[in-house]
Amino acid sequence: MDIPSKSALIIGGGIAGIQAALDLADMGIQVNMVEKKPCIGGRMAQLDKTFPTNDCSICILAPKLSECYRHHNITLYSYSEVQKVEGSAGNFSAEILKRARFIKEDACINCGLCAEKCPMRVDDEFDRELRKRRAVYMYYLQGVPSVMTIDKEKCLWFTKNACRICEKTCERDAIDFDQQDETIKINNIGSIIVATGYNLIEDINKEVLKNYGYGKFRNVLTALEFERLESASGPQGGHIKRFSDNETPKKIAFLQCIGSRSDRVEKYCSSICCMYTTKEAMIAYEHDNELENYVFYIDMRAGGKGFQSFLKRGENEYNIKYIKSKIAQITIDEKENPIIVYENLDTGEVKQIQVDLVVLATCIVPPQGIDKLAEVLGIELNDYHFIKTPPFISVETSKNGIFTCGCVHEPMDIPRSVAEASGAAARAAEVIRGG
Amino acid sequence: MSEEEKKEENVRVGIFVCHCGSNIGGLIDCHKLAEESKELPFVAHAEDNLYTCSETGLAAIKKAIEEHNLNRVVVASCTPRTHEPLFRECISEAGLNPYLFNFVNIRDQCTWVHMKHAQEAYDKAKDLIKMGAAKAVKLEPLEMIMVNITPAAMVIGGGVAGMSAALSLSRQGFKTYLVEKEDKLGGRLNSLYKLFPYDIDASEFIGNIISNVQNAKNLEILTSSQVINIEGFVGNFEVEVEHNGTINTFEIGAIIVAVGSSILDPTGLFGYDGNKRITQFELESKLKNNKINQKDIIMIQCVGSRIEERPYCSSVCCMTALKNALNIKDQNPEAHITILFRDLYTPGTEYEEYYRKAREQGVLFVKYDPEKMPVIEETQVKVFNEYINTEMTIPYDLLVLSTPLVANDDNKELAQMLKVPLEANKFFLEAHVKLRPNDFATDGVYIGGSAKWPVDITESISQGYAAASRASTILSHDTIEVEGATSCLPEYNKSLCTGCEVCVKVCPFNAIIKNEDDEIEIIEALCKGCGVCAATCTNQALVIRHFTDDQIMSEIFAYGGE
Repeated sequence: MDIPSKSALIIGGGIAGIQAALDLADMGIQVNMVEKKPCIGGRMAQLDKTFPTNDCSICILAPKLSECYRHHNITLYSYSEVQKVEGSAGNFSAEILKRARFIKEDACINCGLCAEKCPMRVDDEFDRELRKRRAVYMYYLQGVPSVMTIDKEKCLWFTKNACRICEKTCERDAIDFDQQDETIKINNIGSIIVATGYNLIEDINKEVLKNYGYGKFRNVLTALEFERLESASGPQGGHIKRFSDNETPKKIAFLQCIGSRSDRVEKYCSSICCMYTTKEAMIAYEHDNELENYVFYIDMRAGGKGFQSFLKRGENEYNIKYIKSKIAQITIDEKENPIIVYENLDTGEVKQIQVDLVVLATCIVPPQGIDKLAEVLGIELNDYHFIKTPPFISVETSKNGIFTCGCVHEPMDIPRSVAEASGAAARAAEVIRGG
Repeated sequence: MSEEEKKEENVRVGIFVCHCGSNIGGLIDCHKLAEESKELPFVAHAEDNLYTCSETGLAAIKKAIEEHNLNRVVVASCTPRTHEPLFRECISEAGLNPYLFNFVNIRDQCTWVHMKHAQEAYDKAKDLIKMGAAKAVKLEPLEMIMVNITPAAMVIGGGVAGMSAALSLSRQGFKTYLVEKEDKLGGRLNSLYKLFPYDIDASEFIGNIISNVQNAKNLEILTSSQVINIEGFVGNFEVEVEHNGTINTFEIGAIIVAVGSSILDPTGLFGYDGNKRITQFELESKLKNNKINQKDIIMIQCVGSRIEERPYCSSVCCMTALKNALNIKDQNPEAHITILFRDLYTPGTEYEEYYRKAREQGVLFVKYDPEKMPVIEETQVKVFNEYINTEMTIPYDLLVLSTPLVANDDNKELAQMLKVPLEANKFFLEAHVKLRPNDFATDGVYIGGSAKWPVDITESISQGYAAASRASTILSHDTIEVEGATSCLPEYNKSLCTGCEVCVKVCPFNAIIKNEDDEIEIIEALCKGCGVCAATCTNQALVIRHFTDDQIMSEIFAYGGE
């Protein structure tokens, strides 16, 4: 097959974008991948394990990151954003803003000396602000590209005209305070794939979580925060401790449908929470076999391959008790133990239970910036502001030549995101090859 | 001096110990490690670098290869997972065969895990380098294996998944054969009425796709045809297809399995009689042909699924029930419809809206407990409602059973032909449930749609495209390069092989066959060098290149002495 003259543009470097990029690149098609964050990897990089196999997430993801970075058909623009797109299917052009990271990417080898010496302590976004990082930082340990970034908003040089210790520390002269944002124009793009993933409800609306005590009570966490606590590379080194007293929780309540299936917040089902909750409860139990897990749910949604047996295993081997229920209230006692008042929807009884920790299964929402991106691309969004896809063809958008995959158009799990990514790649290849 | 010793005499090993900034160098003395390595057998050069992977480090390796006439290179550093390809490329640029490189992991598996025990970490790193150098001495050059690719695909199954796959491949320019055993394309959709959640006619929808398939370039439709035999491997399959008694053979580069699923036979379940008590599928054909006049309708979910014998959720039945309930309501707003369910499965945005719509239109939902199954009587169903702690008696004149999609009976034969596995429920088993959802472990064979697991039409279509994409990654090339570190049965070992075929059975990639001469043969294009065969071979006849017994034993002896 001839090498096509048109390339593909992939927006978003999570698992969906990565899979789409690898497929196209392996077909011999040139791929430009744009990732907003300093490193690719997306949400999957933040996860400790993945259901239903409980594979270590980063262990199965890392080889893909490195393959993506090293692939001779993939050009990676990290810390970058698509600002302008023109043209139509088969012949788009795009302008990419590559933000200055103030680090020479080809010189930095992520030795970490600069971060060691940096005096600034900043909330770590990757770890859901559960710990501090420095103003010069690696987005996450196994991140790709494996280079540091200077956070201009926090760096003393940019804020107070002082310091520059990192510059003196770096043995490879990789710090470059004069680096400027760059605008890169890419022509001859045959097709575009949008895979910018998702945010969580707490990223846009913390009010919703307040009803469940989040922000008021230290022992109420979100599921992604809990995921980071379970992770060996997370803020507690994988040893789950309560923030109120550093004690290991013995009773954890997982509350489902936080923000979703709700008249007041989001009407839709977030699709993945029943399963990730079960996984998180299992992992917590693996850390401590005395743990009691309670899952408060409306309907258990476990239709994927091996999911029903996963729930059964949770019940039988990991001490998870599933309670069909509606949560009424959460308070705390004098030891900051959360007390949950709920209606059991099987029996109709109103009951209460005291636990050590509450984990909120917060729902997926469209990614921040989607409205602007949709405008740039000229594609439509649906009522929820997810990307609108035509009936039955979930990888197409309202515009020819622009495809989509993963949670940016609907909440879904990793296998479906990966399948859609390949699906979107196939469709993009059709356009690029003129079919 | 033996031949072996003569060979080794010319071996000149170079060792490069990397500080990896402070990752390794911060804990242990890399310079001292390098100096001590100079004393190891056959080592002609050793040095330490701040970052061996940097341009400076790579240049140092190339320079040393030239200056010291090195023919083996050892890098003691981070991890081969990310860096082995880089160093192989580097020595290759310096004129050495890339397999004459050996990676010693002294970061991930040493300084990182022993970061509180500097002395022990140093001793371990020293041992690891000693072992790595000993193996390097025994390394042999290997060549990557080139495999030719026939740029044609075969899609087995002409349902919505198979047609989507075939359309995409043909539009990408590949010759594609679409094999369907029935006399027409369309699969399951041919027997459906409307499609959730859009109120679209199934026949109209599938008709459009069929017409696209019929008009597609490069796409050959083989209806009333069945695959009866498959030989070969990635890029080079020979597929025999039977049509009306004649057998044709096709040369195929990649195969896509899209054979769909079947419907459970409901005989014996909940008083099924095919008349007053029918399945959702039978209801669909009734809806397609006539109006439903019955007033009191009960639907029961999870009939034959989520039970011990069939533990899975069939994932499409809840939406099917909602769709049919809404369609009945549409025809007959007076109808009373009650759905007895366990967990309503309506994930995502539109399905959840659909569920709300059904509730708003007055469809009644009653949860039942599998421990207290609904009791079916002639004109009524008794179901215990725990919420009100009462047994409800609900009259019906039509009872509809939501039975699951099940694996096709003939999946096993196809799986055997393709040498791919099935899972416990007899659906096809993909290479990795998380990250390789449409691949098989066997290269060149892909999967999409309900043959793998019950999925709705939207997912069937995206998986069809996905399988096409995966196949295209192979078909796009005239040749592909595969790993040279494979299993082999060397000439000098042939006498050891007893032909017991244990290796054939244990190989997870079906790379070992017994050939026409009754000899064990390794299809190198399929072998991943995992080593299971060699570990299993009772006579040690099989050799894994790059991980030979001799190479591994040399490492062990270097550590513990002979």
